[in-house]
Amino acid sequence: MSDGAFGGDGADEEPEVADCEETVHRLYHFLDGELTEDRRLAIRAHLDDCGPCVDVLGFEAELRRVVADRCRDRVPDHLRDRVARLIDHERVVSGGLPD
Amino acid sequence: MADQADFASQAMDYMPSLYSAAMRMTRNPSDAEDLVQETYLKAYRAFGRFQEGTNLKAWLYKILTNTFINTYRARKRRPEISDVEDVEDLYLYHRLGGGAATGLGRSAEEEALDRFTDDEVKTAIESLPESFRIAVLLADVEGFSYKEIAEIVDVPIGTVMSRLHRGRRALQKALAEYGAERGLVDVHPG
Repeated sequence: MSDGAFGGDGADEEPEVADCEETVHRLYHFLDGELTEDRRLAIRAHLDDCGPCVDVLGFEAELRRVVADRCRDRVPDHLRDRVARLIDHERVVSGGLPD
Repeated sequence: MADQADFASQAMDYMPSLYSAAMRMTRNPSDAEDLVQETYLKAYRAFGRFQEGTNLKAWLYKILTNTFINTYRARKRRPEISDVEDVEDLYLYHRLGGGAATGLGRSAEEEALDRFTDDEVKTAIESLPESFRIAVLLADVEGFSYKEIAEIVDVPIGTVMSRLHRGRRALQKALAEYGAERGLVDVHPG
């Protein structure tokens, strides 16, 4: 507790706690890590106390993970070879020319 | 300044993620391969101007994105979901039954997410309008920050945030539609 640490107006020093509305509204900025430290802590504090918001956050985080995981494609071997050959060729061609 | 001799050892590792992004952008393997090839060639030629120690992945994505926009923009042939006015907050969550009960551990709606196939998620991303699709790919698949995306796409951060907001809603709508077709999703919750 930090009561009185700043001349008795401790109420202003309390970390603010977000409500459900702000938490849902800023959900993506929270997940994106793009909130100010102040708002991030306020939402964290709300999440300590609100099961439904924890549920929502868990769902959106899981959706993010599913989207990222399912969007991977295997690079065809011939593409890897083609790009490597192209760069080799480019090096030889440009290396042979004076600046 | 970066040395061209170091290009292959530094840049080739990013090919899987560049190729996956190219697949979502162009929506077909042949164009995706051409796009990746052109990106690497341009990157190699410009590598002398790459500032060593800065973000190589973001630099490669900037070349990929610019090349895509300049070369492939005109070729879109698929219906796109751009109307997200009716998509409210937590759209997919509610349609997968979220909010009905809270318990410990993974919830039923999280389990439902796992039943979407790779193809459904890929097609859902590919159904987004181009500018939304690029923003969602860069943020949600590749994990770039708003600032990095703004630099890659060369738009203000506010525009990035608005495209992400609309793109994510459109993505939820598309997934809810595939879910409804397979009976995973309650079309009219409540």
